[in-house]
Amino acid sequence: MLKLPEAERLCEQLAAELRPRVGPKSAMVGLYTGGAWLAERLHPMLGLKTPLGLMDIAFYRDDYAARGLKHDPKRTKIPFDVNGSELLLVDDVLYSGRTIRAAMNELFDYGRPASISLVVLVDRGGRQLPICAQHIGARVEVPPGMRLTLKKQDSGKLTLALESERAT
Amino acid sequence: MQRNPQLNEKGELQHLLSIEGLPREILLQILDTAESFAGVTEREVKKVPLLRGKSVFNLFFEPSTRTRTTFEIAAKRLSADVINLNITVSSATKGESLLDTVANLSAMQADIFVVRHESSGAPFLIARHVKPHEHVINAGDGRHSHPTQGLLDLFTIRHYKKDFSGLTVAIVGDVLHSRVARSLIHGLTTLGAPEVRVIGPQTLLPAGVEALGVRVFHDMREGLADCDVVVMLRLQNERMRGALLPSAQEYFKHYGLTADKLALAKRDAIVMHPGPMNRGVEIDSTVADGPHSVILPQVTFGIAVRMAVMSIVAGN
Repeated sequence: MLKLPEAERLCEQLAAELRPRVGPKSAMVGLYTGGAWLAERLHPMLGLKTPLGLMDIAFYRDDYAARGLKHDPKRTKIPFDVNGSELLLVDDVLYSGRTIRAAMNELFDYGRPASISLVVLVDRGGRQLPICAQHIGARVEVPPGMRLTLKKQDSGKLTLALESERAT
Repeated sequence: MQRNPQLNEKGELQHLLSIEGLPREILLQILDTAESFAGVTEREVKKVPLLRGKSVFNLFFEPSTRTRTTFEIAAKRLSADVINLNITVSSATKGESLLDTVANLSAMQADIFVVRHESSGAPFLIARHVKPHEHVINAGDGRHSHPTQGLLDLFTIRHYKKDFSGLTVAIVGDVLHSRVARSLIHGLTTLGAPEVRVIGPQTLLPAGVEALGVRVFHDMREGLADCDVVVMLRLQNERMRGALLPSAQEYFKHYGLTADKLALAKRDAIVMHPGPMNRGVEIDSTVADGPHSVILPQVTFGIAVRMAVMSIVAGN
């Protein structure tokens, strides 16, 4: 059985890594759902001045033609000016890279950031696009056919879980 | 049992023909999706790439400005290509049948047909004959149904009142000839609004309207008491000629929404109207332009709702 790292510890570790890099132009966007939870945690830990942005990439997915629109898209909220900002784009698990491509396309419809850095809790490999993360909590080898997801307990505690792709 | 013509074999929305018969989950899916699209319409770049490469044909066999324009804006914001056909001055006058018109447009590789027709049921007929990848959206058929207007009314109510439980909604005026009223009544009862009232003269209320689950009032003051939402319907001028009503002045006296009648509703009541308005006939200008009026926001929400409907059907 694969031993998964503790999400809470990875979160602390990412915050420590990011803290010296945060400047006046830094801003953060979390991707629903897991990335939003992580960003909601990291944002106050880094003391960012700009309010947190949350994004649902449902309208930018590349599998709409095959799978249609997902059922409960959340409303994207970017409450700061993207133009010229140094963006920290936050997601829970980096896999194919397709979500990140879609997220970058959506971000550019809000403006032209000075830079985007990708922050992920876990990189599980398996990239299908030329995308890499700048800040990674942990690298985990996940067997094919399994899905690695972030869960949020009622207490607010974040944990990583492995489940069969067929079950979802 | 015959399958609901609007749903595919997986129970997903394939065509939007009528609110009647749509399950609660699908109504909520449309409203929730529209909520996300409302965010897109507030951005600087008001466009998403969802329907890139798809063609939307606006087939209007009956004149319309607002509905056709908002469908066009919605399709363009989804990056679709839009072709507007004003059929009243086109092939129909040359004798081409409805299905022949549609077959020709289908040969031009249509993905979505937005249809308005003076005959009730025309969009249903088209939906039965289109190819599996083609989708039909009813933009108003006869007196029967106007589902996207009903949905934008529901969206507006939910936007201002948060949810439907505990709401009293009054629909006032010419319910008999209104496709908007029917769509809205079905939507409200499906989403659990506890009290839906219709208010109007006997001659403008359909016989047996109570069967739709509404309370009937002929006295507007009685009907408006403690309402949360007041939906005014347009009085069509031709009704006066049809001897259903004595005169516009007489109608306004009894069923026109004025500030003093509105004062009988709740203090935070909202006033809606599907447009186009007849000021001084069904609604007084002080109310139409007053603090309770959400008539213009309705138009804006209509774009997000139509974006939601198009992107849901085209993906199924």
